Order: sequence, then structure tokens, then C-alpha cells
Amino acid sequence: MQRMVIQRIWIGLATLWVVSVMVFIMTAALPGDVAAIVLGQSATPESLAAYRAERGLDQPLVFQYFGWLGSLMTGDLGISKAGGATISSLIAGRLYNTMLLAAIVAVISVPVSVMLGLLAAMYPGTWIDRVLTFGTLSLISVPEFFIATFMVLILAVKLQWLPAIANISGDETYLELLRGLAMPLITLIIVVAAQMIRMTRAGILNVMNSPYIEMAILKGVRRNRIILRHAFFNTIGPIVNVIALNLAYLVSGVVIVETIFAYPGLAKLMIDGVQTRDLPLVQACAMIFCGTYVVLIILADVAAILANPRLRNPK
Amino acid sequence: MTDATQGAETEAEEGKTIYDELPDAPPKKKLKLSWTGKIGVALVAFWIIMVIVGPWVAPFHEADIIADDSYLGPGYVTEGEGTHWLGTDYLERDILSRILWGARMTVGISFIATLLAYAMGVTAGIAAAVKRGWYDMILSRINDAILSLPTIMLGLLIVVAFGSSIPILIGTAAVIYASSVFRIARAFGQEIMVMDYVEAAQARGETIWWIIFREVLPNAVMPLATDFGLRLVFVVLFISSLSFLGLGIQPPAADWGSMVRQNLEGLQYGSLAPVWPALAIASFTIAINLIVDDVSAKSGGDLAKKMIS
Repeated sequence: MQRMVIQRIWIGLATLWVVSVMVFIMTAALPGDVAAIVLGQSATPESLAAYRAERGLDQPLVFQYFGWLGSLMTGDLGISKAGGATISSLIAGRLYNTMLLAAIVAVISVPVSVMLGLLAAMYPGTWIDRVLTFGTLSLISVPEFFIATFMVLILAVKLQWLPAIANISGDETYLELLRGLAMPLITLIIVVAAQMIRMTRAGILNVMNSPYIEMAILKGVRRNRIILRHAFFNTIGPIVNVIALNLAYLVSGVVIVETIFAYPGLAKLMIDGVQTRDLPLVQACAMIFCGTYVVLIILADVAAILANPRLRNPK
Repeated sequence: MTDATQGAETEAEEGKTIYDELPDAPPKKKLKLSWTGKIGVALVAFWIIMVIVGPWVAPFHEADIIADDSYLGPGYVTEGEGTHWLGTDYLERDILSRILWGARMTVGISFIATLLAYAMGVTAGIAAAVKRGWYDMILSRINDAILSLPTIMLGLLIVVAFGSSIPILIGTAAVIYASSVFRIARAFGQEIMVMDYVEAAQARGETIWWIIFREVLPNAVMPLATDFGLRLVFVVLFISSLSFLGLGIQPPAADWGSMVRQNLEGLQYGSLAPVWPALAIASFTIAINLIVDDVSAKSGGDLAKKMIS
């Protein structure tokens, strides 16, 4: 088991490295010359060259890559090419905002969706299952901005309960903060929960189709007891897997949601960086997002290994 | 007419081959859809027709700025022009017309991208399963790296790096989603390569391509078809999301994702302008999922059904 887990972590690290190369190459291919953008109208050939030399932009890409990777390892994310501020200082506050959003979404959506998924699996074919299946199916088939648009229409425009823009400055009271966070929170919770409910239901029903459950049915064990005593414990692994996968899925949901509600998070910072061609900033943000994603996927895989007795106790 | 020629005729009519008459030929199953599945089929059919005839059915051109005002309500009549059944958008254009034109962009482009993703993914995946070795190793590692990135993040980087044009958009979506197709096709190929009937075919001395097309693929049609549907949904969502972020299809071409974004402001004036294109996306993607659900419910999950009765 240990060998499998360690192997999985190594593969994860290798993936991270490939990701770093991909992120670097793609951002290096971004059109537009940063020096020209930063210096603007006042640029002379000499000042452009001086700027490039100062920021190491005149070096070959390979050197730039290893220089970047080296400082990334030591936690030095570099200096924003547009503003001149250190990227760490730019990111710190934004990262906190995004983590706050993701954490609240996770805390609310995980227990609710596992319960609802279990409920749907316990009573398959009943109206409760049908409502959940059809509802979640509809929700996972629409884009995040669809749900966000409707939330704005209903909660902000028609009912006027909540602001349509999530403006967080940092000096609000908790109530104000919660009001500001409400729209992005609701949208993300709906998106993530729908996915999780479906996967939980599918995971449990999958176990329900295995021979030992059929045996239990044949010997006359009651249905609720089968699900809670026989099936549930074998679905913990798949469910933990589902949770980790969906938290990873939050990464992409966050991009859209932060843009719609102008939420001052990391994704918004990255999109802004894309527009100003701020390479170090985009690289750093992309690495944080992709790194988080890879780590969560590894966790999902390790959970799956740990939860499977056959993998846990090899012969 | 003798019996023999008659037999030959019916054979030609139904396109039967000796292959279908083998004792182990798969039974022909008829697919019966539930009412939700039928709604799905109807909606998908409607949008496919609109992809083809949309521009001719639409009352106005997608770029026509003809209305009296922006954000007019549904059913407003512009004198001398006609009725705006779904109202007008932020640039005084007819929303219904733009949605019908946009079907070509959103659905059409997504469909081409998915087809391309399938062509690449299935070919590479089955080849990896059949050839194994270094070939498989390299393809799988590249694939893992692509799969381990959030799709929207990857799309964002590619589109920003290479600019946003329709070919780039199709290529990006195709490469990203080819990687998940590759994974499935490879797993499927590996599973089937060890089946007895494949070994039997190899023992008969059949070539590898004969085995793939006559033995492996026919067994994979149903799962691959349902997967194609799901993949198409993902591509539609992916392309609409990029358009929504302003990095997808560029104006003035109408596309559902960017229509939502551009008209988002209208909500504050009580206009439903962003809601209609959002509903168009939802109607298409939900419809596909309804069909896929129906099809996959037919295969498996029997025991759970037994427990209710």
C-alpha cells in the first residue's frame, strides 16, 4: 500500500513539473512585449533594452524558465511586471479571499450533498430520487454563469435581498462580509453540490449492484439496513474521492464566479493579469491553481487506495 | 424467381453480412426512450435543424441594429421592421435572431470540436492499447499532464497565447477533450485486447486493424456514443464559458455564451436579455443529458430497480 501511495505522489510531482513547463511556455508565447507595454509612450530603444536586461527578459527561454522555477521553489514569486509590486504581496490578500470562498463552499456543500446523495440512493425511483436526479442533472448541464445570472435576477433584481456585486474591502463587519459573499457562495454551492449529489448516488448504487449486496437481499435483510450497514462503509472511499474531485472542480468554478461578481479573488487577479500581459503574475496564479488541483487529485487517488481493503492489504 | 435469388435480395436490402449471422453476434436491441428522453431528442433535433437553417428562419440578421431602443421587452414591435419576440439586446439587436444565428456558432463549433477530439482520442487511445511500450508510455504521460489541469485554466492560457479565432477555439477544445477520450479508449482497448474472441481472431491470423474495426469497436459503440454526448455537453459549456469571459467567439458574431455576458447589465434594468441565450444553452445541454441518462439507464443498474418493487 505504501508503495502505491508513494508512487502516486511521485507521479503527482512529475505532473506538477510538466505543468510548470506548460504554464511557462504558454505564458511566454503570450503576444505583446511587456517592456513596451510598461514603458508605454516614453519608450526608447535604449530604455526598452535596459528594462529587458533588468528583468532578465533578454535571456534565452530555458534560462528564464530555470530562473523562474528556482525562485518559485524558494517562495519568491517575483515582481509584477505591470505595477512593480512583489507578486507575493499582490497575491496574499486575493488568495485569502479565494480560500475563504472555497472553504465556506466546502463546509456547507459537502455534508449536504453526501446526505442528499445517500437519500436519493436509499429510495431509488421514488419522487424524492427523481426530483434530485432531474434537478442535479439540469444543474450540472448548465454553465456556472447560467446559475449566476438567475441568482442575480431573482435575489438581486426581483427581491433585492443581496447586492449583485461582491465588493469586499476587508473592513466590513461580519454581516456585511456575509452579504457580500452570499451571491458567489450560493452559485458555487449549487454547482458543486449538484455534481457531488450525483456522484455520491452513483457510487452507492454501484456498490448496490455487487454480488454481496444481492446475497443480502436474497437472505431478506431490510433495504435501509443493507444501505446503512453493508453498502455505506464500502462507499466511503468513492465518496472521499468524489469530495476531493469536486473541491478540485471548484478551481474552475471560481474563475467564472469571481469574474461575474467582481469578487476580489485570485482568479480575478489572474484574468486582470492576462489583460495587462503581466507574465509573472499569470504564471504564479496559474501555478497556484494547477498546483492545488493536482494536489487535490492526488488526495482523491490516495483516498481511493486507502479505502479499498484489497489495495490496503496486498497479499 | 427462385428462392436463392430472393434470399440474396433480402440480404442486400438489409445490409446483412455473414458476420451478423454468427452464433455469437450481439443481439439487436431496440432502444425505447422514456418521455424525458423523447423531450431530449426533440430539443436536440430542433437545435440541429437550427444550426443548418437558423440564418434563414431568423426574422433579422444577427448584426442588424434595427430596433427603437436597447433592452426592449419581449413582443415589442418596431414600426416597419417587425416584432422582437424575445426583445432586443444592449445594441438594439433582435435577440431571437441572434440566438438562432448563434446556434451555428455554439452548437456547430462544439460539434466539430467534439468530433475532432474523438478522432484524435480514439485513434491514439486504441493505438496505445495495441502497441504498448514507449509509444503508450509517452502518450499517457502527456495525457496525464493535460488531464491534471483545470480545463478552463488551460483553455484560457492557450487562447490568450495564440489569440482567439474559431480554428484556435476548435483546436483547443479538441485537444483538451481528446485527452479524456484517449483515457477511455485506451482503457477500453486494453480490456478488450485480452478477451478470448480477440485472441481467437489473432490466432486466425487477422490483422490488427481488422480486429479493431470488426471485433473491438462494435463492442464499444454504445458506451462511446453516450460518452460522445457527454463530451459534447462539456465542450459546449467550455466554449460558452470562454466566450463568457470574452476570450471565445468574438463579436459581432452571435454566440450564446458572449450574449449572456454582453447583456448581463440589462438585468439591472429589468430586461431578460441575458436569460434567453442562457436558456438556449441549458435547453441543448440538458436535452443531451436526458438522452444519455435514458440510454445508460437501460444498461445496468437492474438490481436497484428490483429493490423498489
